[in-house]
Amino acid sequence: MAATPAEYIRHHLQNLTFGQHADGSWGLAHSAQEAKEMGFMAIHVDTMCWSIGTGILFLWVFRKIAKSFSIDKPGHLQSVIEIIFEFVNNSVKTSFHGRNPLIAPLALTVFCWIFMMNLMDLVPVDFIPSLFGLMGVHYMKMVPSTDVNATFGLSLSVFALFLYYSIKVKGPLGFFAEIAFHPFGKKLFFVNIPLESVSLLARPLSHSLRLFGNMFAGELIFILIAALYSAGLAWGAVAGVLQIGWAIFHILVITLQAYIFMMLTIVYLSMAHSSSQH
Amino acid sequence: MESIASFSALAAGIMIGLGALGAGVGIGILGSKYLEGLARQPELDGVLAPRMFLMLGLTDAVPIIAIAFAAFLMFANPFLDQAEPAESEVSAETAE
Repeated sequence: MAATPAEYIRHHLQNLTFGQHADGSWGLAHSAQEAKEMGFMAIHVDTMCWSIGTGILFLWVFRKIAKSFSIDKPGHLQSVIEIIFEFVNNSVKTSFHGRNPLIAPLALTVFCWIFMMNLMDLVPVDFIPSLFGLMGVHYMKMVPSTDVNATFGLSLSVFALFLYYSIKVKGPLGFFAEIAFHPFGKKLFFVNIPLESVSLLARPLSHSLRLFGNMFAGELIFILIAALYSAGLAWGAVAGVLQIGWAIFHILVITLQAYIFMMLTIVYLSMAHSSSQH
Repeated sequence: MESIASFSALAAGIMIGLGALGAGVGIGILGSKYLEGLARQPELDGVLAPRMFLMLGLTDAVPIIAIAFAAFLMFANPFLDQAEPAESEVSAETAE
């Protein structure tokens, strides 16, 4: 399929892009060069499908359990979901200092959805892309959180909620006062504003890039180990052992990153609701 | 062209190395404080452990972002395409 390991790796790092070609026709990109030529206004179809698909799956499973909720005879799935629910509920109770009924469902959605998106990384590298290759679709990245667009979509939505609740709870003047008059006094507002705006803008950036960096690096290591399979049977056995080892470690990374994203969502929205006393 | 590729390789190595240094020192200090706190008060395990993992993720964030950028530099180097028009201009001049 791919002639060199570098080509194999680059092939697996390319998203399925739909956009306008250089000659004006609309369609899927057939090479990385074509995808780059499509520019900014092109959609990564694989990211969209997998992220929306996992979101719908999460909603469907949780709704099914909520509808058939039984106190005397809980099934296995209900017990698992109760554990997750209690875990998120405790996290929100300890970290969120305010009154808002949106936060706990938001935290539950963020945690479960990101966990399910990251979980797609544990499927062996070539399985699904080769199935899609048989159907004529040549690029397929299964993990939406390895696409910067997906992680920025999540963190910019959280940032939008942060701005909305900041202005709603503190008022636009209160929000501006918090930026302009902290940490130094009122007279030094020209020092405060750049400092606080940098720290404000660094939040969605770091929020999304943390998730992206972890998932991208993990997926890249899976692809690099998978490139060993083409080097013969002995190296293939070594690669198999390495894949199992890395996948076991990656289970920790997946859960941890979803948890960190959820905790930071709760903490940022708590900061939007309460004014910090300096 | 070759110098851009070699400098990119060097840059990727430095990014990963310095990131690993920072992450190693930071997480070492974090872990040692956690173990010390746990040794003094073992009953606080359920309270301290989630906080420690949260801090671990935050400390790990920038080094891992550096690794992601270094990997990007290794496999899909944007600087190589930027240099190509300049290279072809220079070679056209020298050819004439």
